[in-house]
Amino acid sequence: MLHPEPHPAEVVLLTRRFRLRDSASIDTYLATEGYQAFRKALAMTPEEIIEEVKKSNLRGRGGAGFPTGLKWSFVPRNSPKPKYIVANADEGEPGTCKDRLLMQYDPHSLLEGMLIAARAVGARAGYIYIRGEYRYLIEILDRAIEEARRRGFLGRNILGSGMDFDVYTHSGAGSYECGEETALLESLEGKRGVPRLRPPFPATSGAFGCPTVLNNVETFCAVPPIILKGGLAFAELGTPKNGGTRLFAISGHVNRPGVYELPMGFNLLRMIHEVAGGVRGGRKLKAVIPGGSSCPVLRAEECDVAMDFDSLARAGSMLGSGGVIVMDETTCMVKAAARILRFYAHESCGFCTPCREGTRWLATVLTRLERGEGQPGDIEVVRNVARNMLGRTFCPLGDAAAMPASSFVEKFREEFEAHLEGKPCPAEEVAIHA
Amino acid sequence: MPEPIRLTIDGRSVEVEPGTLVIEAARRVGIKIPSFCYYEGLSLAGACRMCLVEVEKMPKLQTACTLAAAPGMVVRTDTPQVAEARRAMVEFLLTNHPLDCPVCDKGGECELQDMAFRYGAAESRYREAKHHVPEQQWSPVVYYDRPRCILCYRCVRVCDEGMGVGALGVVNRGGRSEIAPNRGDHLECDECGACIDICPVGALTSGMYRYHTRPWEMAHIGTICAFCADGCKTTLGVYHNRIIRGNNRDRSGLNGEFLCIKGRYAADFPHHAERLSSPLVRRDGRLVRATWAEALALVESRFREALASGAPIGIIGSNHTTNEENYYLQKLARQGLRTPHLDHPRTGDLPALMAAVAGREAALARIEDLYAARAVLVAGADLAQQHPLLSWQIRANWRHHQARVYVVSCGPVREDRYAARSVRVAAGRELEGILGLEESLRTEPELVVVFGEAIQGEQVARLVAFGDSLGIPVKYVCLVDYANSRGAADMGLLPDLGPGYQPLERSGMALDEMLECADLAVLWIVGANPLAGGVRPPARFLVVQDLFLTDTARRADVVLPAASAYEKEGTVTNVCGEVQRLRGAVSVAGAKTDLEIFTLLARRLGLETGPVTWEKLLDEISSSVPGYQVSAAALRAGVPQQVRPPRQASPSRRGKVRSARDTLFTSGTLGRYAAILSAVREAPGELYRG
Repeated sequence: MLHPEPHPAEVVLLTRRFRLRDSASIDTYLATEGYQAFRKALAMTPEEIIEEVKKSNLRGRGGAGFPTGLKWSFVPRNSPKPKYIVANADEGEPGTCKDRLLMQYDPHSLLEGMLIAARAVGARAGYIYIRGEYRYLIEILDRAIEEARRRGFLGRNILGSGMDFDVYTHSGAGSYECGEETALLESLEGKRGVPRLRPPFPATSGAFGCPTVLNNVETFCAVPPIILKGGLAFAELGTPKNGGTRLFAISGHVNRPGVYELPMGFNLLRMIHEVAGGVRGGRKLKAVIPGGSSCPVLRAEECDVAMDFDSLARAGSMLGSGGVIVMDETTCMVKAAARILRFYAHESCGFCTPCREGTRWLATVLTRLERGEGQPGDIEVVRNVARNMLGRTFCPLGDAAAMPASSFVEKFREEFEAHLEGKPCPAEEVAIHA
Repeated sequence: MPEPIRLTIDGRSVEVEPGTLVIEAARRVGIKIPSFCYYEGLSLAGACRMCLVEVEKMPKLQTACTLAAAPGMVVRTDTPQVAEARRAMVEFLLTNHPLDCPVCDKGGECELQDMAFRYGAAESRYREAKHHVPEQQWSPVVYYDRPRCILCYRCVRVCDEGMGVGALGVVNRGGRSEIAPNRGDHLECDECGACIDICPVGALTSGMYRYHTRPWEMAHIGTICAFCADGCKTTLGVYHNRIIRGNNRDRSGLNGEFLCIKGRYAADFPHHAERLSSPLVRRDGRLVRATWAEALALVESRFREALASGAPIGIIGSNHTTNEENYYLQKLARQGLRTPHLDHPRTGDLPALMAAVAGREAALARIEDLYAARAVLVAGADLAQQHPLLSWQIRANWRHHQARVYVVSCGPVREDRYAARSVRVAAGRELEGILGLEESLRTEPELVVVFGEAIQGEQVARLVAFGDSLGIPVKYVCLVDYANSRGAADMGLLPDLGPGYQPLERSGMALDEMLECADLAVLWIVGANPLAGGVRPPARFLVVQDLFLTDTARRADVVLPAASAYEKEGTVTNVCGEVQRLRGAVSVAGAKTDLEIFTLLARRLGLETGPVTWEKLLDEISSSVPGYQVSAAALRAGVPQQVRPPRQASPSRRGKVRSARDTLFTSGTLGRYAAILSAVREAPGELYRG
């Protein structure tokens, strides 16, 4: 959700066109330095482009935070195979809704980012793999692609440079797992959306078995400002090793939920109390999931933390995809955990044993606990099943389910025990008296 | 040779070639790492997570089935963490498993049972309701029980990669994932049962075997499949003197684990209701039951009359009888009955090939050469329909060794999909097609040429001359139809050639001539059905020896019930000239082996005195038939022995070569009596269908 005015604490870089009239149109884009970065990139060598991205300390915005420049440098440019650029627009992580604003309000910045990547690795085709629920965005993107083609930014011999590149949208079909990069590639190729064995990584064997640059939408959108203003300028906006700004989607029990562009390393408590207008109804903060539902939950007292990849890792959680889910004191943590695990049980692709069976088991036990039908030993079962999944599944989806399960139980054990012993839910008590 | 890699597994040093997986490296030193989804020869999955091991310097446990050995790698498979991970995986697999082992077909030979026994916990903590899905039947052969399935995807991969069919896939997701036919609710496939055999649990079961017996109640007898000429070993499961199933799970034969529908499920024909259980003699125009003594006496008298009058006797032999029986029959015919009129239904021009490659030790390919050769040319044959083992071998060669495959045919065949070149020619122009490939073939380091009946007579010599002109080692396979078609020709069931393709001074009538000859006093047809749909031959007396009352037997004056290949001992020779041993699995009341019938008649005619055994005959064959110097001891140990081309050999100048052009689900007359072959839906045929 976009507020009419940016919050004063925001640093509007990727979102700077959002509030312009007809922000998605190519005319607006061209009037605001649009495609200037690409023009500049045309005059640069591929090595210089990658070097600039490396200098920016840009790290993947999809969740894993892998350094983007390094990822691009792994693509074997002199491979005889065609190379592909793939944008991961399968934004499916609960709590995350930032890419959709980028595509809605500034689709050309995504195209320009992909163009620069194509220039850097010598790709001639790009795909935007977009979640099926974003149908309205596919229309916006297709329109932007058509505009770019008409103005000569896509197609053959772009701007007379001899470079050919075109972009196609490809709709997902409702699978969270297809946000995992190799499952996305399988799905893109028309196969069942299950992850691939790695190595080989997509950089060497991605789409159709060819070298591929695969990045999140926001990552691509950060590239034009980096090329235009220089990598260092971008890096300096953030903290060391965590360059630039980032779009945070703040949801839950706050007064002003929404998407905010803030520098990397912005304090989480400030984010909640200042930027998002504080906890709703003046209630007490209870817990925060800082980076989308797959990240370990933080207790209120753990929330005085800088929002960058490294600081959150030290705090025992993850920056993930920037979906900040705020929960106040009325929240039943058993209910929250059960809801999250039902999501993962529903979305597990089923390919590997521990994720397929573990997510279902966790969801069943937690749902039972939520209904007050817990049995002695259930809490240990949840902790133990989560531990048996962690680090042992084929792809990170198993971890994404195990981490919230074990962190909820460990950090809010008293609530789970209360549910088990038939006492009223502590959270409900708070809700009544609040 | 690349430098070997040295790594340490459980404190033991192991040296392996680069690219070796840790799971295989461990196996080399006797360390078993448990796995379900890992399957040698198929693509890697990493799905079951049973094979997790600790690797030094790697924070997480690693799957040994996807991890390549690296120099200095230190692997541990015996730590508490690994044991705990295995226990957890077994627990996960059992959460939704019905635990219906007492009534499950797989009980006693189930990998999940074994794993739970070795690595699992004694108790499960899973107390939730299980997700039930009703069992599905996909075809007369294949049934699927989802709750038992552990989703290792072996079935999906063996069908796609091993068979080249790809009939199976996965539908739904998460805990509701299921294996499903890609056609929706039914299979359109080879019905080979590879998916069932490879299933580690009881999720896939076969319509023939399910709920018949328990694995440990059967006797297991390894013999050679009675149908096509590829010579697959099949281990017959016998319960109460009935053959329940075939398989080759121990990969002990030249076919590895491969079997087609015939080898696995068509072995019920010996128990068919129409099986002859007593001799029949014609009285007042009708065939009626008779005793062996009556029937043999009648045959004896007709033979004696013929011998006394000097009237000609014709004999047509079989593609299914053993080498020893064939050898004995030709000896009985030529030396005892003194007739040159001997032939069998010929399905490939073996004499022409033997004459063309006579004296060349290495000119004949073995089954394993099809998997190992750098290049293979398939001409005028649809191997997937007629020689499924050869098709499997070539496909595996392409997948594992990137062999180059060339196809010359008059229509699409399965090999087209991975062929380096496919050439379409009009039927009968196959040789021209081959000659047109000269430039490509010349660049190959070696070649195996597989050719069907499309190339026969003079063309075979031209083909071999062309092979010689390539300047590379070339081996040949002349395709023939049935389990001992090769042996029938090798043993000299031919009008102008004796055993080992040696020319005879006096040549006799070929099959077609005998069927038209009114002068024949006796026509004796052994295990052949040349009259299918035709008229009775004008011979004065017709003796037919067979398992069933075939079209030919119906017209006979005397019918003698014979035992099938699954009821006798002896040897057969496959399409590649590999001699293998048959073992009797069952006995059927009333029938006698062909050899016993021959010797009974010979004795009545005063032509045989001492006892005749297949071992003695094999010794005689070994010492007298050119090219057949095989080791009886090796055969007894189950090692196939390839025969060599004779030093000198002649082509046959009489008679015709005609393939029956069977499909995967037909096999001449015999195929009609295997229940499953008539129950399955005809496979989407490719070419050369009958």
